[in-house]
Amino acid sequence: MTGIWAVFRKELTIYFSTPIFYITGFFFLVLGGYFFYSNTVYYSLLSFQGAQNPQLAAMLNPHQMVFRPLFGALAIVFLMMVPLLTMRLLAEEKRSGTAELLFTYPLQDWALIMGKFLAALLVYVVFLFFTLSYAALFASLASLQWGPILSSYLGLILLGGACLSLGLFASSLTENQIIAAVVAFTLLLLFWLIGWQQELGASGWGGLFAALSMLEHFENFVRGVIDTRDLVYYLSFIFFFLFLTKRQLESRRWRA
Amino acid sequence: MESMIEVRELTKYYGPTLAINRISFDVAAGEIVGFLGPNGAGKTTTLKLLAGYLAPTSGTARINGYDCFQASIQVRRSLGYLPETVPLYPDLTVTQFLQFAARAKGVESRGRKAEIDRVIEDCGLKEVRHSLNGSLSKGYRQRVGLAQALLNRPPLLILDEPTIGLDPSQIVEIRQLIKKLAGDHTVILSSHILPEVSQLCQRVIIINRGQIVASDTPDNLSRQLGRGSRINLTVKGPQSQVLSAFRSLAGVKEASAAGEDRYQVQGVNGDDLRPELARLVVERGWQLLELKAQEFTLEEVFLDLVTEEEAQES
Repeated sequence: MTGIWAVFRKELTIYFSTPIFYITGFFFLVLGGYFFYSNTVYYSLLSFQGAQNPQLAAMLNPHQMVFRPLFGALAIVFLMMVPLLTMRLLAEEKRSGTAELLFTYPLQDWALIMGKFLAALLVYVVFLFFTLSYAALFASLASLQWGPILSSYLGLILLGGACLSLGLFASSLTENQIIAAVVAFTLLLLFWLIGWQQELGASGWGGLFAALSMLEHFENFVRGVIDTRDLVYYLSFIFFFLFLTKRQLESRRWRA
Repeated sequence: MESMIEVRELTKYYGPTLAINRISFDVAAGEIVGFLGPNGAGKTTTLKLLAGYLAPTSGTARINGYDCFQASIQVRRSLGYLPETVPLYPDLTVTQFLQFAARAKGVESRGRKAEIDRVIEDCGLKEVRHSLNGSLSKGYRQRVGLAQALLNRPPLLILDEPTIGLDPSQIVEIRQLIKKLAGDHTVILSSHILPEVSQLCQRVIIINRGQIVASDTPDNLSRQLGRGSRINLTVKGPQSQVLSAFRSLAGVKEASAAGEDRYQVQGVNGDDLRPELARLVVERGWQLLELKAQEFTLEEVFLDLVTEEEAQES
Protein backbone atom coordinates (compact mmCIF):
# COMPACT_ATOMS: atom_id res chain seq x y z
CA MET A 1 0.00 0.00 0.00
CA THR A 2 2.80 2.43 0.85
CA GLY A 3 4.17 1.78 -2.61
CA ILE A 4 0.91 2.79 -4.27
CA TRP A 5 0.75 5.87 -2.07
CA ALA A 6 4.34 6.85 -2.90
CA VAL A 7 3.77 6.60 -6.66
CA PHE A 8 0.35 8.23 -6.38
CA ARG A 9 1.76 11.24 -4.51
CA LYS A 10 4.64 11.60 -6.92
CA GLU A 11 2.40 11.47 -9.99
CA LEU A 12 0.00 14.02 -8.54
CA THR A 13 2.86 16.36 -7.69
CA ILE A 14 4.09 16.09 -11.27
CA TYR A 15 0.58 16.60 -12.68
CA PHE A 16 0.03 19.70 -10.59
CA SER A 17 3.45 21.18 -11.29
CA THR A 18 3.33 20.81 -15.08
CA PRO A 19 1.15 22.84 -17.44
CA ILE A 20 -0.54 19.86 -19.08
CA PHE A 21 -2.97 19.43 -16.20
CA TYR A 22 -4.00 23.08 -16.23
CA ILE A 23 -4.29 23.27 -20.01
CA THR A 24 -6.36 20.10 -20.44
CA GLY A 25 -8.49 21.08 -17.44
CA PHE A 26 -9.04 24.55 -18.83
CA PHE A 27 -10.18 23.35 -22.24
CA PHE A 28 -12.25 20.54 -20.76
CA LEU A 29 -14.18 23.07 -18.72
CA VAL A 30 -14.39 25.64 -21.52
CA LEU A 31 -15.97 23.06 -23.83
CA GLY A 32 -18.15 21.69 -21.04
CA GLY A 33 -19.32 25.21 -20.20
CA TYR A 34 -20.11 25.91 -23.83
CA PHE A 35 -22.17 22.73 -24.21
CA PHE A 36 -24.00 23.39 -20.97
CA TYR A 37 -24.76 26.95 -22.02
CA SER A 38 -26.05 26.10 -25.49
CA ASN A 39 -28.13 23.17 -24.23
CA THR A 40 -29.67 25.32 -21.51
CA VAL A 41 -30.48 28.14 -23.93
CA TYR A 42 -32.11 25.66 -26.29
CA TYR A 43 -34.07 24.18 -23.40
CA SER A 44 -35.31 27.57 -22.21
CA LEU A 45 -36.36 28.41 -25.76
CA LEU A 46 -38.41 25.23 -25.94
CA SER A 47 -39.85 25.98 -22.50
CA PHE A 48 -41.21 29.28 -23.78
CA GLN A 49 -42.80 27.48 -26.69
CA GLY A 50 -44.09 24.85 -24.29
CA ALA A 51 -46.03 27.53 -22.46
CA GLN A 52 -48.28 27.81 -25.54
CA ASN A 53 -48.16 24.14 -26.48
CA PRO A 54 -49.17 21.73 -23.72
CA GLN A 55 -48.19 18.71 -25.82
CA LEU A 56 -44.64 19.94 -26.09
CA ALA A 57 -44.58 20.92 -22.43
CA ALA A 58 -45.25 17.34 -21.42
CA MET A 59 -42.15 16.23 -23.31
CA LEU A 60 -39.84 18.77 -21.71
CA ASN A 61 -37.37 17.06 -19.45
CA PRO A 62 -34.25 18.93 -18.28
CA HIS A 63 -32.24 15.76 -17.90
CA GLN A 64 -33.04 14.51 -21.37
CA MET A 65 -32.57 17.87 -23.05
CA VAL A 66 -29.71 19.46 -21.17
CA PHE A 67 -27.69 16.91 -19.30
CA ARG A 68 -27.87 13.86 -21.50
CA PRO A 69 -26.28 15.65 -24.47
CA LEU A 70 -23.92 17.48 -22.12
CA PHE A 71 -22.54 14.27 -20.61
CA GLY A 72 -22.27 12.71 -24.05
CA ALA A 73 -20.22 15.69 -25.18
CA LEU A 74 -18.06 15.69 -22.03
CA ALA A 75 -17.30 12.02 -22.57
CA ILE A 76 -16.08 12.71 -26.11
CA VAL A 77 -14.04 15.72 -25.00
CA PHE A 78 -12.42 13.62 -22.33
CA LEU A 79 -11.70 10.85 -24.79
CA MET A 80 -9.68 13.36 -26.79
CA MET A 81 -7.78 14.42 -23.69
CA VAL A 82 -6.94 11.01 -22.26
CA PRO A 83 -3.88 10.51 -24.46
CA LEU A 84 -2.53 13.86 -23.22
CA LEU A 85 -2.96 12.84 -19.61
CA THR A 86 -1.55 9.33 -19.91
CA MET A 87 1.13 9.54 -22.59
CA ARG A 88 3.78 10.65 -20.11
CA LEU A 89 3.04 8.14 -17.36
CA LEU A 90 5.32 5.27 -18.32
CA ALA A 91 6.90 6.40 -21.60
CA GLU A 92 8.66 9.32 -19.94
CA GLU A 93 10.00 7.14 -17.14
CA LYS A 94 11.63 4.92 -19.71
CA ARG A 95 12.93 7.72 -21.87
CA SER A 96 14.47 9.74 -19.05
CA GLY A 97 15.90 6.67 -17.33
CA THR A 98 13.97 7.17 -14.11
CA ALA A 99 12.50 3.74 -14.79
CA GLU A 100 15.86 2.43 -13.65
CA LEU A 101 15.29 3.99 -10.23
CA LEU A 102 11.66 2.99 -10.14
CA PHE A 103 12.40 -0.63 -10.94
CA THR A 104 15.18 -0.87 -8.37
CA TYR A 105 13.05 0.51 -5.55
CA PRO A 106 11.21 -2.15 -3.58
CA LEU A 107 7.96 -1.42 -5.45
CA GLN A 108 5.77 -4.18 -6.81
CA ASP A 109 4.78 -3.69 -10.45
CA TRP A 110 1.11 -3.54 -9.55
CA ALA A 111 1.78 -0.86 -6.90
CA LEU A 112 3.49 1.19 -9.58
CA ILE A 113 0.63 0.74 -12.03
CA MET A 114 -2.12 1.37 -9.50
CA GLY A 115 -0.37 4.47 -8.18
CA LYS A 116 -0.15 5.93 -11.66
CA PHE A 117 -3.65 4.88 -12.65
CA LEU A 118 -5.25 6.30 -9.51
CA ALA A 119 -3.36 9.57 -9.86
CA ALA A 120 -4.61 10.00 -13.43
CA LEU A 121 -8.11 9.04 -12.32
CA LEU A 122 -8.04 11.61 -9.53
CA VAL A 123 -6.99 14.31 -12.00
CA TYR A 124 -10.00 13.38 -14.10
CA VAL A 125 -12.30 13.37 -11.07
CA VAL A 126 -11.06 16.89 -10.26
CA PHE A 127 -12.10 17.99 -13.77
CA LEU A 128 -15.49 16.34 -13.28
CA PHE A 129 -15.91 17.93 -9.89
CA PHE A 130 -15.91 21.37 -11.49
CA THR A 131 -18.62 20.28 -13.93
CA LEU A 132 -20.91 19.64 -10.95
CA SER A 133 -21.32 23.39 -10.92
CA TYR A 134 -23.43 23.11 -14.11
CA ALA A 135 -25.92 20.87 -12.37
CA ALA A 136 -25.86 23.06 -9.25
CA LEU A 137 -26.49 26.15 -11.36
CA PHE A 138 -29.32 24.49 -13.21
CA ALA A 139 -30.89 23.20 -10.00
CA SER A 140 -30.89 26.70 -8.54
CA LEU A 141 -33.06 27.92 -11.47
CA ALA A 142 -35.21 24.93 -12.31
CA SER A 143 -36.19 21.62 -10.81
CA LEU A 144 -33.76 18.83 -11.49
CA GLN A 145 -33.81 15.11 -10.80
CA TRP A 146 -30.50 14.27 -9.09
CA GLY A 147 -30.75 10.51 -9.48
CA PRO A 148 -29.88 10.31 -13.19
CA ILE A 149 -27.25 13.04 -12.72
CA LEU A 150 -25.44 10.93 -10.11
CA SER A 151 -25.68 7.76 -12.16
CA SER A 152 -24.28 9.74 -15.12
CA TYR A 153 -21.33 10.80 -13.00
CA LEU A 154 -20.75 7.21 -11.96
CA GLY A 155 -20.78 6.34 -15.66
CA LEU A 156 -18.40 9.19 -16.46
CA ILE A 157 -15.95 8.02 -13.80
CA LEU A 158 -16.07 4.41 -14.99
CA LEU A 159 -15.72 5.48 -18.61
CA GLY A 160 -12.82 7.75 -17.67
CA GLY A 161 -11.16 4.93 -15.76
CA ALA A 162 -11.48 2.64 -18.77
CA CYS A 163 -10.00 5.27 -21.10
CA LEU A 164 -7.15 6.00 -18.66
CA SER A 165 -6.27 2.33 -18.20
CA LEU A 166 -6.03 1.99 -21.96
CA GLY A 167 -3.91 5.15 -22.14
CA LEU A 168 -1.62 3.82 -19.42
CA PHE A 169 -1.17 0.61 -21.37
CA ALA A 170 -0.31 2.56 -24.53
CA SER A 171 2.26 4.50 -22.53
CA SER A 172 3.90 1.28 -21.37
CA LEU A 173 4.55 0.20 -24.95
CA THR A 174 7.03 2.86 -25.95
CA GLU A 175 9.57 5.42 -24.81
CA ASN A 176 8.05 8.05 -27.06
CA GLN A 177 5.20 10.13 -25.67
CA ILE A 178 3.85 10.98 -29.12
CA ILE A 179 3.64 7.32 -30.09
CA ALA A 180 1.95 6.54 -26.79
CA ALA A 181 -0.60 9.28 -27.46
CA VAL A 182 -1.29 8.12 -31.02
CA VAL A 183 -1.71 4.49 -29.95
CA ALA A 184 -4.01 5.49 -27.10
CA PHE A 185 -6.09 7.73 -29.31
CA THR A 186 -6.48 5.12 -32.03
CA LEU A 187 -7.47 2.37 -29.61
CA LEU A 188 -9.89 4.65 -27.79
CA LEU A 189 -11.58 5.67 -31.03
CA LEU A 190 -11.80 2.04 -32.03
CA PHE A 191 -13.50 1.07 -28.77
CA TRP A 192 -15.72 4.10 -29.10
CA LEU A 193 -16.88 3.53 -32.66
CA ILE A 194 -16.91 -0.24 -32.78
CA GLY A 195 -20.63 -0.22 -31.92
CA TRP A 196 -21.45 1.44 -35.24
CA GLN A 197 -20.88 -1.86 -36.97
CA GLN A 198 -24.29 -2.90 -35.77
CA GLU A 199 -25.96 0.06 -37.43
CA LEU A 200 -24.11 -0.67 -40.64
CA GLY A 201 -25.94 -3.97 -40.64
CA ALA A 202 -22.88 -6.16 -40.44
CA SER A 203 -23.41 -9.86 -39.83
CA GLY A 204 -23.85 -11.55 -36.45
CA TRP A 205 -20.73 -9.88 -35.18
CA GLY A 206 -22.70 -6.68 -34.77
CA GLY A 207 -23.97 -7.68 -31.36
CA LEU A 208 -20.50 -8.55 -30.15
CA PHE A 209 -19.06 -5.26 -31.37
CA ALA A 210 -21.85 -3.36 -29.71
CA ALA A 211 -21.13 -5.17 -26.45
CA LEU A 212 -17.50 -4.06 -26.67
CA SER A 213 -18.31 -0.44 -27.39
CA MET A 214 -17.63 2.04 -24.60
CA LEU A 215 -20.37 4.28 -25.88
CA GLU A 216 -23.17 1.70 -25.67
CA HIS A 217 -22.43 0.97 -22.03
CA PHE A 218 -22.16 4.62 -21.17
CA GLU A 219 -25.63 5.38 -22.58
CA ASN A 220 -27.34 3.37 -19.85
CA PHE A 221 -25.74 5.36 -17.04
CA VAL A 222 -26.81 8.62 -18.65
CA ARG A 223 -30.35 7.34 -18.92
CA GLY A 224 -30.23 6.77 -15.18
CA VAL A 225 -29.91 3.00 -15.37
CA ILE A 226 -27.15 1.28 -13.40
CA ASP A 227 -26.91 -2.14 -14.97
CA THR A 228 -24.50 -4.75 -13.62
CA ARG A 229 -23.56 -5.62 -17.20
CA ASP A 230 -22.22 -2.10 -17.67
CA LEU A 231 -20.44 -2.13 -14.32
CA VAL A 232 -18.85 -5.46 -15.14
CA TYR A 233 -17.90 -4.21 -18.59
CA TYR A 234 -16.05 -1.14 -17.32
CA LEU A 235 -14.42 -2.82 -14.35
CA SER A 236 -13.19 -5.74 -16.42
CA PHE A 237 -12.04 -3.33 -19.15
CA ILE A 238 -9.97 -1.43 -16.56
CA PHE A 239 -8.64 -4.62 -15.03
CA PHE A 240 -7.75 -6.07 -18.44
CA PHE A 241 -5.68 -3.09 -19.54
CA LEU A 242 -3.96 -2.69 -16.19
CA PHE A 243 -3.14 -6.38 -16.38
CA LEU A 244 -1.71 -5.96 -19.88
CA THR A 245 0.35 -3.04 -18.58
CA LYS A 246 1.73 -5.22 -15.81
CA ARG A 247 2.64 -7.91 -18.31
CA GLN A 248 4.30 -5.30 -20.49
CA LEU A 249 6.37 -4.03 -17.55
CA GLU A 250 7.39 -7.56 -16.64
CA SER A 251 8.60 -8.20 -20.15
CA ARG A 252 11.51 -5.81 -19.63
CA ARG A 253 13.01 -8.45 -17.37
CA TRP A 254 13.31 -11.14 -19.99
CA ARG A 255 13.77 -8.92 -23.01
CA ALA A 256 17.20 -7.53 -23.73
CA MET B 1 33.09 -13.36 6.79
CA GLU B 2 29.62 -13.82 5.36
CA SER B 3 29.31 -12.67 1.82
CA MET B 4 26.98 -9.87 0.83
CA ILE B 5 27.12 -10.51 -2.88
CA GLU B 6 27.54 -13.90 -4.45
CA VAL B 7 27.77 -14.01 -8.22
CA ARG B 8 28.07 -17.30 -10.07
CA GLU B 9 28.62 -17.77 -13.79
CA LEU B 10 26.61 -14.68 -14.60
CA THR B 11 26.06 -14.18 -18.33
CA LYS B 12 24.12 -11.53 -20.18
CA TYR B 13 23.45 -11.20 -23.88
CA TYR B 14 21.90 -8.10 -25.43
CA GLY B 15 20.37 -9.78 -28.44
CA PRO B 16 23.32 -11.45 -30.12
CA THR B 17 25.88 -9.28 -28.31
CA LEU B 18 27.62 -10.84 -25.35
CA ALA B 19 27.85 -8.20 -22.64
CA ILE B 20 29.23 -10.24 -19.76
CA ASN B 21 30.52 -13.74 -19.93
CA ARG B 22 30.35 -16.19 -17.01
CA ILE B 23 31.38 -13.81 -14.27
CA SER B 24 31.80 -15.13 -10.74
CA PHE B 25 32.85 -13.19 -7.67
CA ASP B 26 32.02 -12.61 -4.02
CA VAL B 27 31.88 -9.48 -1.96
CA ALA B 28 32.06 -9.75 1.81
CA ALA B 29 29.91 -7.60 4.09
CA GLY B 30 31.55 -4.28 4.84
CA GLU B 31 33.91 -4.43 1.88
CA ILE B 32 34.42 -1.62 -0.63
CA VAL B 33 34.92 -3.17 -4.02
CA GLY B 34 35.81 -1.32 -7.17
CA PHE B 35 34.82 -2.41 -10.62
CA LEU B 36 37.39 -1.29 -13.09
CA GLY B 37 37.41 -1.57 -16.82
CA PRO B 38 37.44 0.35 -20.06
CA ASN B 39 34.16 1.68 -21.43
CA GLY B 40 31.93 -1.09 -22.70
CA ALA B 41 33.63 -3.74 -20.60
CA GLY B 42 30.39 -4.79 -18.88
CA LYS B 43 30.66 -2.88 -15.61
CA THR B 44 27.31 -1.15 -15.89
CA THR B 45 25.59 -4.31 -17.10
CA THR B 46 26.90 -6.23 -14.10
CA LEU B 47 25.70 -3.55 -11.71
CA LYS B 48 22.29 -3.37 -13.39
CA LEU B 49 21.97 -7.12 -13.03
CA LEU B 50 22.85 -6.88 -9.34
CA ALA B 51 20.33 -4.09 -8.82
CA GLY B 52 17.66 -6.30 -10.37
CA TYR B 53 16.98 -3.94 -13.25
CA LEU B 54 17.98 -6.48 -15.87
CA ALA B 55 17.58 -10.21 -15.91
CA PRO B 56 20.60 -12.38 -16.73
CA THR B 57 20.71 -14.74 -19.68
CA SER B 58 22.11 -17.38 -17.36
CA GLY B 59 23.86 -17.72 -14.03
CA THR B 60 22.84 -16.44 -10.61
CA ALA B 61 23.50 -13.47 -8.40
CA ARG B 62 22.55 -13.41 -4.74
CA ILE B 63 22.51 -10.43 -2.43
CA ASN B 64 22.16 -11.01 1.29
CA GLY B 65 21.22 -14.60 0.47
CA TYR B 66 18.31 -13.57 -1.79
CA ASP B 67 18.36 -14.28 -5.49
CA CYS B 68 18.40 -11.02 -7.45
CA PHE B 69 15.73 -12.21 -9.85
CA GLN B 70 13.57 -14.68 -7.95
CA ALA B 71 13.35 -12.55 -4.80
CA SER B 72 13.79 -9.19 -6.45
CA ILE B 73 11.74 -7.22 -3.92
CA GLN B 74 13.72 -8.48 -0.91
CA VAL B 75 16.96 -7.71 -2.73
CA ARG B 76 15.80 -4.23 -3.67
CA ARG B 77 14.91 -3.53 -0.01
CA SER B 78 18.52 -4.01 0.96
CA LEU B 79 20.24 -1.95 -1.69
CA GLY B 80 20.75 1.63 -2.69
CA TYR B 81 21.48 2.10 -6.35
CA LEU B 82 23.01 5.08 -8.12
CA PRO B 83 22.59 4.59 -11.89
CA GLU B 84 25.22 5.82 -14.29
CA THR B 85 23.51 8.90 -15.70
CA VAL B 86 21.61 9.90 -12.58
CA PRO B 87 18.00 10.01 -13.79
CA LEU B 88 15.83 12.53 -11.93
CA TYR B 89 12.34 13.90 -12.38
CA PRO B 90 12.92 17.44 -13.68
CA ASP B 91 9.54 18.67 -12.40
CA LEU B 92 10.08 17.73 -8.77
CA THR B 93 12.12 19.63 -6.22
CA VAL B 94 14.97 17.87 -4.47
CA THR B 95 12.91 17.46 -1.29
CA GLN B 96 9.84 16.25 -3.18
CA PHE B 97 11.96 13.71 -5.00
CA LEU B 98 13.59 12.47 -1.81
CA GLN B 99 10.17 12.23 -0.18
CA PHE B 100 9.02 10.03 -3.02
CA ALA B 101 12.16 7.92 -2.83
CA ALA B 102 11.79 7.54 0.95
CA ARG B 103 8.16 6.45 0.61
CA ALA B 104 8.99 4.09 -2.22
CA LYS B 105 11.81 2.56 -0.21
CA GLY B 106 9.48 2.04 2.73
CA VAL B 107 10.94 4.52 5.22
CA GLU B 108 8.49 4.72 8.13
CA SER B 109 6.43 7.91 8.03
CA ARG B 110 7.49 8.78 11.57
CA GLY B 111 11.19 8.89 10.82
CA ARG B 112 10.88 10.04 7.21
CA LYS B 113 11.58 13.70 7.72
CA ALA B 114 14.62 13.00 9.89
CA GLU B 115 15.91 10.48 7.37
CA ILE B 116 15.55 12.94 4.48
CA ASP B 117 17.27 15.63 6.52
CA ARG B 118 20.09 13.22 7.27
CA VAL B 119 20.84 12.44 3.63
CA ILE B 120 20.46 16.10 2.65
CA GLU B 121 23.00 16.93 5.32
CA ASP B 122 25.37 14.09 4.38
CA CYS B 123 25.32 14.90 0.69
CA GLY B 124 25.55 18.66 1.13
CA LEU B 125 22.23 19.43 -0.52
CA LYS B 126 20.98 22.05 1.93
CA GLU B 127 21.24 25.01 -0.43
CA VAL B 128 19.31 23.28 -3.21
CA ARG B 129 16.69 21.38 -1.27
CA HIS B 130 13.86 23.46 -2.72
CA SER B 131 15.27 23.75 -6.25
CA LEU B 132 13.80 21.82 -9.13
CA ASN B 133 15.81 18.76 -10.13
CA GLY B 134 15.78 19.98 -13.71
CA SER B 135 17.75 23.08 -12.79
CA LEU B 136 20.56 21.35 -10.88
CA SER B 137 24.18 21.29 -11.98
CA LYS B 138 25.84 17.98 -12.75
CA GLY B 139 27.53 17.88 -9.36
CA TYR B 140 24.29 18.40 -7.47
CA ARG B 141 22.48 15.87 -9.63
CA GLN B 142 25.12 13.33 -8.69
CA ARG B 143 24.68 14.16 -5.03
CA VAL B 144 20.90 13.90 -5.24
CA GLY B 145 21.41 10.50 -6.84
CA LEU B 146 23.68 9.49 -4.01
CA ALA B 147 21.23 10.89 -1.44
CA GLN B 148 18.36 8.75 -2.75
CA ALA B 149 20.62 5.69 -2.68
CA LEU B 150 21.45 6.34 0.99
CA LEU B 151 17.83 6.63 2.11
CA ASN B 152 16.74 3.92 4.53
CA ARG B 153 20.40 2.99 5.20
CA PRO B 154 20.63 0.04 2.82
CA PRO B 155 23.34 -2.46 3.75
CA LEU B 156 24.56 -2.52 0.15
CA LEU B 157 25.33 0.45 -2.06
CA ILE B 158 25.75 0.00 -5.80
CA LEU B 159 27.29 3.10 -7.29
CA ASP B 160 27.82 3.28 -11.03
CA GLU B 161 30.52 5.83 -11.82
CA PRO B 162 29.82 7.96 -8.73
CA THR B 163 32.30 10.70 -9.60
CA ILE B 164 31.81 11.00 -13.34
CA GLY B 165 31.32 14.53 -14.60
CA LEU B 166 32.26 16.23 -11.35
CA ASP B 167 34.89 18.90 -10.87
CA PRO B 168 37.99 17.99 -8.86
CA SER B 169 36.85 19.44 -5.54
CA GLN B 170 33.49 17.71 -5.86
CA ILE B 171 35.25 14.47 -6.66
CA VAL B 172 37.21 14.76 -3.43
CA GLU B 173 34.01 15.46 -1.48
CA ILE B 174 32.15 12.51 -2.96
CA ARG B 175 35.10 10.22 -2.32
CA GLN B 176 35.25 11.33 1.29
CA LEU B 177 31.55 10.68 1.59
CA ILE B 178 31.94 7.19 0.18
CA LYS B 179 34.82 6.50 2.55
CA LYS B 180 32.71 7.66 5.44
CA LEU B 181 29.97 5.27 4.40
CA ALA B 182 32.32 2.36 4.29
CA GLY B 183 31.84 1.46 7.95
CA ASP B 184 28.12 0.65 7.84
CA HIS B 185 27.69 -0.26 4.20
CA THR B 186 29.05 -2.67 1.71
CA VAL B 187 29.92 -0.61 -1.34
CA ILE B 188 30.40 -1.77 -4.88
CA LEU B 189 31.34 0.99 -7.28
CA SER B 190 32.45 1.13 -10.86
CA SER B 191 34.92 3.51 -12.34
CA HIS B 192 37.39 3.90 -15.10
CA ILE B 193 39.52 6.25 -13.06
CA LEU B 194 42.34 4.25 -11.55
CA PRO B 195 43.56 6.46 -8.72
CA GLU B 196 40.00 6.68 -7.48
CA VAL B 197 39.67 2.95 -7.24
CA SER B 198 43.07 2.46 -5.66
CA GLN B 199 42.28 5.13 -3.06
CA LEU B 200 38.78 4.07 -2.18
CA CYS B 201 38.62 0.36 -2.55
CA GLN B 202 39.89 -2.52 -0.53
CA ARG B 203 39.56 -4.77 -3.52
CA VAL B 204 39.57 -4.20 -7.23
CA ILE B 205 37.88 -6.33 -9.82
CA ILE B 206 39.23 -5.62 -13.27
CA ILE B 207 36.85 -6.49 -16.02
CA ASN B 208 37.42 -6.41 -19.74
CA ARG B 209 35.22 -7.56 -22.58
CA GLY B 210 32.71 -9.04 -20.19
CA GLN B 211 35.20 -11.14 -18.25
CA ILE B 212 37.03 -10.75 -14.97
CA VAL B 213 40.74 -10.48 -15.66
CA ALA B 214 41.93 -9.83 -12.13
CA SER B 215 40.58 -9.45 -8.62
CA ASP B 216 42.72 -8.45 -5.64
CA THR B 217 43.69 -5.57 -3.38
CA PRO B 218 45.13 -2.59 -5.23
CA ASP B 219 48.55 -3.20 -3.60
CA ASN B 220 48.67 -6.87 -4.47
CA LEU B 221 47.59 -6.15 -7.99
CA SER B 222 50.38 -3.66 -8.42
CA ARG B 223 52.89 -6.09 -7.00
CA GLN B 224 51.92 -9.51 -8.31
CA LEU B 225 50.23 -8.74 -11.53
CA GLY B 226 53.01 -6.33 -12.41
CA ARG B 227 54.87 -9.49 -13.45
CA GLY B 228 57.48 -9.08 -10.76
CA SER B 229 59.30 -6.15 -9.27
CA ARG B 230 61.27 -3.49 -11.04
CA ILE B 231 64.45 -2.04 -9.58
CA ASN B 232 66.35 1.05 -10.58
CA LEU B 233 70.06 1.17 -9.82
CA THR B 234 72.90 3.61 -10.26
CA VAL B 235 76.20 1.77 -10.35
CA LYS B 236 79.69 3.01 -11.19
CA GLY B 237 81.35 0.28 -13.23
CA PRO B 238 81.90 -1.02 -16.79
CA GLN B 239 78.52 -1.17 -18.37
CA SER B 240 78.75 -4.44 -20.31
CA GLN B 241 80.09 -6.33 -17.27
CA VAL B 242 77.47 -4.88 -14.99
CA LEU B 243 74.69 -5.83 -17.35
CA SER B 244 75.88 -9.37 -17.90
CA ALA B 245 76.36 -9.84 -14.16
CA PHE B 246 72.82 -8.69 -13.48
CA ARG B 247 71.42 -10.88 -16.21
CA SER B 248 73.10 -13.97 -14.82
CA LEU B 249 71.60 -13.42 -11.39
CA ALA B 250 68.84 -15.90 -10.46
CA GLY B 251 65.37 -14.40 -10.51
CA VAL B 252 66.17 -11.62 -12.97
CA LYS B 253 64.03 -11.48 -16.04
CA GLU B 254 65.49 -8.53 -17.78
CA ALA B 255 68.26 -5.97 -17.19
CA SER B 256 68.81 -2.89 -19.27
CA ALA B 257 70.82 0.29 -19.26
CA ALA B 258 68.73 3.36 -18.69
CA GLY B 259 71.40 6.00 -19.12
CA GLU B 260 74.93 6.65 -17.90
CA ASP B 261 75.54 4.32 -14.94
CA ARG B 262 71.85 3.81 -14.58
CA TYR B 263 70.25 0.39 -14.92
CA GLN B 264 66.86 -1.12 -14.67
CA VAL B 265 66.34 -4.69 -13.51
CA GLN B 266 63.09 -6.54 -13.74
CA GLY B 267 62.39 -9.61 -11.61
CA VAL B 268 60.54 -12.71 -12.69
CA ASN B 269 58.18 -12.76 -9.75
CA GLY B 270 57.32 -10.54 -6.83
CA ASP B 271 60.48 -11.37 -4.80
CA ASP B 272 62.56 -8.48 -3.64
CA LEU B 273 65.85 -8.59 -5.55
CA ARG B 274 67.53 -5.66 -3.79
CA PRO B 275 69.68 -7.62 -1.30
CA GLU B 276 71.11 -9.88 -4.01
CA LEU B 277 71.79 -6.99 -6.32
CA ALA B 278 73.52 -4.98 -3.59
CA ARG B 279 75.69 -7.97 -2.62
CA LEU B 280 76.64 -8.59 -6.24
CA VAL B 281 77.70 -5.01 -6.86
CA VAL B 282 79.79 -4.87 -3.70
CA GLU B 283 81.45 -8.28 -4.40
CA ARG B 284 82.55 -7.07 -7.83
CA GLY B 285 84.03 -3.92 -6.30
CA TRP B 286 81.76 -1.50 -8.16
CA GLN B 287 80.27 1.49 -6.45
CA LEU B 288 76.56 1.36 -5.65
CA LEU B 289 75.14 4.90 -5.65
CA GLU B 290 71.47 4.24 -5.74
CA LEU B 291 69.12 1.28 -5.33
CA LYS B 292 65.39 1.71 -5.50
CA ALA B 293 62.45 -0.64 -5.96
CA GLN B 294 59.82 0.73 -8.27
CA GLU B 295 56.35 -0.65 -8.00
CA PHE B 296 54.02 -0.95 -10.93
CA THR B 297 51.17 1.47 -10.63
CA LEU B 298 47.68 0.14 -10.94
CA GLU B 299 47.49 2.01 -14.19
CA GLU B 300 50.24 -0.08 -15.72
CA VAL B 301 48.72 -3.26 -14.38
CA PHE B 302 45.45 -2.32 -15.88
CA LEU B 303 46.82 -1.45 -19.27
CA ASP B 304 48.96 -4.53 -19.17
CA LEU B 305 46.04 -6.83 -18.44
CA VAL B 306 43.71 -5.23 -20.89
CA THR B 307 46.13 -5.03 -23.79
CA GLU B 308 47.57 -8.46 -23.12
CA GLU B 309 44.19 -9.97 -23.51
CA GLU B 310 43.59 -8.21 -26.76
CA ALA B 311 46.94 -9.39 -28.06
CA GLN B 312 46.12 -12.99 -27.16
CA GLU B 313 42.93 -12.83 -29.05
CA SER B 314 44.30 -11.42 -32.26
